Amino acid sequence: MFKKFTPSTDIAGQTPPKSSVQRSIRAAVLQQWKIGPETLEVIWPKKETLIHVKCREHISIYSVQSVPLFFQHFDGPFYPTLRLLHQYPSILPKVGVDRGAIRFLLAGAPMMCPGLTSAGGYLPPPEEALPKGTAVAVHAEGKEHAVGIGITELSTEDMRKLNKDVAVEIVTHLGDDLWALQTL
Amino acid sequence: MSSSDQLQEPQAIRPLEVLYCQICTFPPEYCEFGSSLTRCKEWLQGAHPQLFDKYYSDEALQSKIGTLSLEAQAKLEKDTAKKEAKAEAKADAALKKKMASQISIKRIERNKRKHVTAIHGLEAFDIDLKKAAKFLAQKFATGASVTKNAQGQDEIVVQGDVSDDVLELIEGGAGPLKGVPADNVVIVEEKKKKAAE
Repeated sequence: MFKKFTPSTDIAGQTPPKSSVQRSIRAAVLQQWKIGPETLEVIWPKKETLIHVKCREHISIYSVQSVPLFFQHFDGPFYPTLRLLHQYPSILPKVGVDRGAIRFLLAGAPMMCPGLTSAGGYLPPPEEALPKGTAVAVHAEGKEHAVGIGITELSTEDMRKLNKDVAVEIVTHLGDDLWALQTL
Repeated sequence: MSSSDQLQEPQAIRPLEVLYCQICTFPPEYCEFGSSLTRCKEWLQGAHPQLFDKYYSDEALQSKIGTLSLEAQAKLEKDTAKKEAKAEAKADAALKKKMASQISIKRIERNKRKHVTAIHGLEAFDIDLKKAAKFLAQKFATGASVTKNAQGQDEIVVQGDVSDDVLELIEGGAGPLKGVPADNVVIVEEKKKKAAE
């Protein structure tokens, strides 16, 4: 999503949303991520106003104190920025890809099933199966920090069974233009 | 807010302190996928020797080969070396271009007695054109602006004939005009008659 993103040309405007909207965003974030209200309070204190940055292609980035925290496309799920995910790795469920896939992931390619089902990859066990359309943190074999954030195109059980085609669409990864954007 | 509430509520999770490589901004374990591995390694060795050992010691490299076969690993290494060489070559070419590029100061005639001074080529030296234009305008008490000329390059246009003064300022490196080596500046006399039709 952030393959080509230059702040100087791609940002349409920055406004603080209404507090009712802020409250609904806060509730949605609490519901979508595995995060407790106290932790969210530390990342985004109630007193601070959120700033809504409108970007092209209906991407909205939300930042607090000019630090981008999370974003969404249209009215879809909220994704944390990769830097935020590094600080709080448990907010999104994990999937892992094997070592050979890392360089393709860093170039922005979607992750295919074999990368997740092979010996180096990691998928959550059937008790914690993820449905299609969940935001996940993509980890790499042998690394402790997430390399990207994606959204599942198939449920994890389908990934294991079919083992073909795209498994996870990558939304943001290390080194893309959103990563380069440290303050907004 | 009674104290028993505090004990029952789960504590907020503390954020992890993540170290990012100063050279490539990735976490150090991902430096090998960036394009400046040798510089990253040098930095890491200097700044955080324990981490350097953790990632680049022999056993660590051995275990990293992980589940890839030998040929795949060799291919990966070759590709990353190629990528790094390409990125270095690009950075070198950009630097050379920077050194070779010239800043030209032109004095253009506007109306019989009046002139404007056009400065181009400042972009190659990472000078913020808007700030530089404002600074020049203040200095000379005239108007200055940033425009695009016919070739699509940005230039600073200052009203009046200030070419010699600008030359001195650039050589002196005042304010936003820092960082320009003196030999790259060239004064060109152009007598362009902008005929008003």
